[in-house]
Amino acid sequence: MMLRALCVALALWSGPALAVQPDEVLPDPALEERARDISAGLRCLVCRNESIDESNAGLARDLRLLVRERLVAGDSDAEVVAFVVDRYGEYVLLRPTLGGANLLLWLAGPAMLMLAGAIAIGYLRARARATPPATLSPEEEARLRDLLRD
Amino acid sequence: MIVELGHFALILALVVALLQTAVPLIGAAQRRAAWMAAAEPLAVAQLLLLGFAFAALTWAFVTSDFSVALVVSNSHTLKPLLYKISGVWGNHEGSLLLWTLILALFGASAAWFGGNLPDTLRARVLAVQGSIGVAFLLFMLLTSNPFLRLEVAPFDGQDLNPLLQDPGLAFHPPFLYLGYVGLSMAYSFAVAALIEGRVDAAWGRWVRPWTLAAWVFLTIGIALGSWWAYYELGWGGFWFWDPVENASFMPWLIAAALLHSAIVVEKREALKSWTILLAILAFGFSLIGTFIVRSGIITSVHAFANDPDRGVFILMILGFFTGGALVLYALRAGAMEARGVFGVLSRESGIVANNVLLSVSCFVVFVGTIWPLVAELLAGRKLSVGPPFFNAAFTPFMVAIAILLPFGAMLAWKRADPARGLRALGAPAFLALAAGALAFAVQTGQSALGPIGLALGLWVVGGAAVDIWARGGREGLGLRLRRIALLPRADWGKAVAHGGLGVTIFAVAAMMAWQREDIRVLQPGEAFDLAGREVRLLEVREVEGPNYLATQGVFSVTEGARVFELRPEKRIYPAAGMPTTEAGIDYGFWRDVYLVLGDAQTGGGWAVRSYVKPFANWLWAGCALMALGGLLSLSDRRYRIAAGARRAAPAAGVAAE
Repeated sequence: MMLRALCVALALWSGPALAVQPDEVLPDPALEERARDISAGLRCLVCRNESIDESNAGLARDLRLLVRERLVAGDSDAEVVAFVVDRYGEYVLLRPTLGGANLLLWLAGPAMLMLAGAIAIGYLRARARATPPATLSPEEEARLRDLLRD
Repeated sequence: MIVELGHFALILALVVALLQTAVPLIGAAQRRAAWMAAAEPLAVAQLLLLGFAFAALTWAFVTSDFSVALVVSNSHTLKPLLYKISGVWGNHEGSLLLWTLILALFGASAAWFGGNLPDTLRARVLAVQGSIGVAFLLFMLLTSNPFLRLEVAPFDGQDLNPLLQDPGLAFHPPFLYLGYVGLSMAYSFAVAALIEGRVDAAWGRWVRPWTLAAWVFLTIGIALGSWWAYYELGWGGFWFWDPVENASFMPWLIAAALLHSAIVVEKREALKSWTILLAILAFGFSLIGTFIVRSGIITSVHAFANDPDRGVFILMILGFFTGGALVLYALRAGAMEARGVFGVLSRESGIVANNVLLSVSCFVVFVGTIWPLVAELLAGRKLSVGPPFFNAAFTPFMVAIAILLPFGAMLAWKRADPARGLRALGAPAFLALAAGALAFAVQTGQSALGPIGLALGLWVVGGAAVDIWARGGREGLGLRLRRIALLPRADWGKAVAHGGLGVTIFAVAAMMAWQREDIRVLQPGEAFDLAGREVRLLEVREVEGPNYLATQGVFSVTEGARVFELRPEKRIYPAAGMPTTEAGIDYGFWRDVYLVLGDAQTGGGWAVRSYVKPFANWLWAGCALMALGGLLSLSDRRYRIAAGARRAAPAAGVAAE
């Protein structure tokens, strides 16, 4: 009985599952879809690594309601995000902006790909031009036979 | 008593590891055969000692010895036996013990299977392996001792985190560690070869099976973790780009690059110094992963401050082993001259492209993972890097790999005739494009992700099939099939693993693009339509498990002529005071039906979230195929022959723990 009471108390205090609650869903499906897309890009500030769309935390619910409120008021997607960032800082953005130092983050991959590609092409061309090594020494011949035996 | 013996065995293991590091190294430098030969019994002794320590800790968990601090904070008398055992590694200290045990297991395996290695190389490999053991045993004894006793033993424990009380997660860590730690073998071989100053085709052949085994274990471990997240976290997500996930994904990517480049070393004696570098990096990323997970520095900067000792210690281990190996590499890599000559269009260059894409994609994941830390330390900006970044920055690399893979796999070694490969690949290319176009036409107005994933998946799977088919020659069907059946297992492994990648790519795209979701309030007795299925809530009831209480929703789902029942639960684990969700899932070939029970609503009724997840099982099947391909390749004749000196079933003693 004690356990049952505890169980009920805990269940009322914090329900697991269900990030977006049924009562949050907007009647207009197009608007709701925009809300979901925006929510997936906003971080739940008190969670480990979840968007507000996935989180069960109270703060995440408040933010989801805020996003929907702004959408109903007629804001564009960018305006909604800017509204949230103004209040909570860029920490809330799961997709970092392109500005300032973040340019390094976004360009790191493409730059590295170009560098690695250039090195690889240089290597391949050198290999294609290289002359095969001189004939093997007798020990190497023996070793080769050893290796190829199986 | 047993606990103290376990503690003592741990200290002895440290002494043995010190000997295992020093004696063979000196022996190899001075060509003393007896000193070099000492490595083998020392490696075995370390395995036995750590095996005993692990058994002692398991004993404390199974008998619920609450005088041990670790058991109190991670176990409970009511917990099922499976989770008492998995509780051993469901915490920092115990998982570290498992880590070192597996390290010793790999060391001992190298001693057992390494009979055909040159004496000096084997001695040095085991010495390097021993030195890693020294570092981790010191770490454990100084900062994270699992055997600490409490002065006053409580009556019961605080229970294992309920999220971890799950069969999928019980076996997720051991597989991951087998993978992480398996890469230490590649590292030890690389460092030993640098000390020797010699890398040849034989080295490539020795290092590849260890890498392949580690990669297979990592694949299984990551897939188990992803599957667990899918059914346990309550909304069917399977990959979150969480720093802890990235920590396991980065070594996987590098290991995949390494096991390809080692083929070039083995067959063509080229890419040697690059392969050595990859081997060092693969284990380096394993250590970085350990650092990220243990220190908590990336998930939250404050967790690091809570326990600076551990974080700093792992950082020192990381710096010593990666930094030391890289210095050695800088000094010696110049000596490794490539010998093989090959054209710009050849299998070799295909593998170079594979390596470039895999390692740069790993670099992208790495930069994204540490960027929040870098930005905060250097620019004072507190920011997040989440799934939207990784999806945008990482996916192009996978698309490029998928497009190039069938070409590269078909190219001949040395100098390929591109026209031949292109002709053979015409059929899968046509099939993939046609299916993609059809899917695009049918789905109207949805994102292009699904059709692109379908086309890429078919292209890769079709390419793998053509690769095998083309090996059969052209003399009649019967002879051709017989020839295909007799192909070396390495060829089958290659085709199966590549096919598995194709299936995985398709499944990821299909699940992300074509899932259906529904959120609503349901009264008991009420029904709704979920993408053509009728879902009815029959009742909500309370049920009791061994160590939890649950609120269970009973649903009946009518899908065509088939009717089935699903029972999603919300559980409370009173000992840990923590709620979890158990989704009700009907697994199917084409789709999963996924129901989650939410909260009771103030106006009566229950919140219900339901999904149709198309091709969900294909994702795990794709991972399983990749692992199977790795195992097939591992069982290839040339490795069995190469390991000819092995003795009968030496690992049996360890499996018992």
